[in-house]
Amino acid sequence: MNPFFSARGYYKENKLNVYGMKKKIGKDPWFFITLFCSVTVVTFILFPLIEMVTQPSLQDLKDTAGDTDVLRSIWLSIYTSGLAAVISFIIGTPFAYLLARKNFFGKKVVESIIDLPIMIPHPVVGIAILGLAGKNHWLGQFMQSIGIHIMGTVTGIVTVLTFVGLPFYVNTVKTGFEAIPVRLENVSRSLGASMSGTFLRVTFPLAWRSMLVGMIMCCARAISEFGAVVIVAYHPMIAPVMIYERFTAYGLRYSQPVAVWLIFVCLALFILLRIVSPVKEKSGD
Amino acid sequence: MIEIENLRLDFSSFCLDDICLDVKESEFFILLGPTGAGKTLILEAITGTGPVHGGTIRVGGRDITSLPPEKRGIGIVYQDYALFPHLSVMENITYGLRYHSNSSTDSRRWVEELMMKLGIRHIADRSITHLSGGEKQRIALARALSVHPSVLLLDEPLSALDPNFRAEIREVLKKLHKEMGITFLMVTHDFSEALFLGERTAILNHGKIEQMGSVKDVFSRPKTPFVAEFVGMKNVLPAVFEGTSARVGDLVFDIGNMKNEGRSFIAIRAEDILIRKERIAEGDTNVFACRIMNVADLGVLQEVSIKCGSTIFTAILSKGDLLYLDLSESRDVYMAVRNSAIHLL
Repeated sequence: MNPFFSARGYYKENKLNVYGMKKKIGKDPWFFITLFCSVTVVTFILFPLIEMVTQPSLQDLKDTAGDTDVLRSIWLSIYTSGLAAVISFIIGTPFAYLLARKNFFGKKVVESIIDLPIMIPHPVVGIAILGLAGKNHWLGQFMQSIGIHIMGTVTGIVTVLTFVGLPFYVNTVKTGFEAIPVRLENVSRSLGASMSGTFLRVTFPLAWRSMLVGMIMCCARAISEFGAVVIVAYHPMIAPVMIYERFTAYGLRYSQPVAVWLIFVCLALFILLRIVSPVKEKSGD
Repeated sequence: MIEIENLRLDFSSFCLDDICLDVKESEFFILLGPTGAGKTLILEAITGTGPVHGGTIRVGGRDITSLPPEKRGIGIVYQDYALFPHLSVMENITYGLRYHSNSSTDSRRWVEELMMKLGIRHIADRSITHLSGGEKQRIALARALSVHPSVLLLDEPLSALDPNFRAEIREVLKKLHKEMGITFLMVTHDFSEALFLGERTAILNHGKIEQMGSVKDVFSRPKTPFVAEFVGMKNVLPAVFEGTSARVGDLVFDIGNMKNEGRSFIAIRAEDILIRKERIAEGDTNVFACRIMNVADLGVLQEVSIKCGSTIFTAILSKGDLLYLDLSESRDVYMAVRNSAIHLL
């Protein structure tokens, strides 16, 4: 045999795969179906967005960035969404823990209720909240008597955004809790830690990533909300409402630059989401 | 030390009823049973992490049935170690110290001593991710013992280990129990672990305790067919007793003067069945002509199935005996069983 014989070269030359069999030259139709569909999906999402992002001139973008109304509305969008995420974190975490750890009668119903805000048409959400917070409802009267106003206020916006964002937080964190073996908590308690001590020292350090991801999901969902907000609070204007207003009042050209800036913000948010998503650690055994 | 009275656990698919257990102080007690017998449920009832639907559990005379887990002073070591993945070895072991009122120097000294005893001092600062199963189980033991529990529960602590670590941890458990003098309650499905470690045992099947007593007693005198099979008696056969004889199918065994009221089975260990080429007649031995049906190679030992009349028995021989006797399938031989090797159930 040739002293310079190389196995890899031999395999390559004779078009053999690792099993020493002839490689199949033709591809399965499934390969082409997957390829076609994947390209279609990515194009379908990207094409309109790329078009919109590239249509406004740099000058328009620059001008818009200097427009205090636009800046204020984007900032309002970000901080109301952020507040919705923080509220979801505070009230949603113990609830997600309960759903992950306990089985109780009617649990499936409660889980479906959590998902309701995802399914209901957005204006309906706005109408429902307004109905509760209005002057004709005892709750609305009570809230107004202690100085809480929903209609046309930042409080109203945050309420709506929390309503639509909460399911995303609860579902994400619930999955995170479920991934933590309950035995770790049992051991902690057998060593003397109370339930809250166990949560702080074991559960939270192991679940904080999923909480962060849940907050980003909630935030992302909240930032995109329009239909419910426009009913509860047209003013102060969050970014989607401002885009809508510019579109109806001045047309496409004036609404596009604002939209572009909003898209950049959302994109940044989602890149962050991908970076902090839990990476499954490889176990040693 | 641990007294369980009339413990009841009801689940839609499974129930444990009227479980009574009495584990003495400083004892190594083994709760044995096949998978799904309800062993872990009893353990969870003792630690307080599972439900209890009736009965009482007392530890050291104190009723702990409704106490939260952190107030019970019971340590637990799980099969999968359940180490805190976000903490280092040392942080795992010292996790519980802050909840106990010992002075910090005493606690530190005790933890050091435990780590020396268990041979894990050199890995104290490591993360737990890349340790071997044996090391992980030692850490879990040190963590549980660091807070001076009155009872240590062990939930199949050897099952997840590789065979070489299993023997090692088994020795560690035996040594720890001897040196520390605290009560150990271990759950397992492996009778050989009970023989090696345990002093007393209870055998659980379908939520009921079939037999309780010293390990040696249960091993040599099983009371039910289930226990007999569980402790490795291969030949458990229904029998009809008449005076000093037991009829099994068409065979009649002489059982001497053993009491047979209320018994309906005989059990014979596979290693107590002798196979001979000639009929050897001795006063206290039952001898039957039989035929070898099958020889299964188990490595050092050989499992031989023999048919006497219409009944099939299982005997165990060493490879040497098999060669010496020149046994093979379809050979006609004699089977001999001493009276004293026959157990009545």
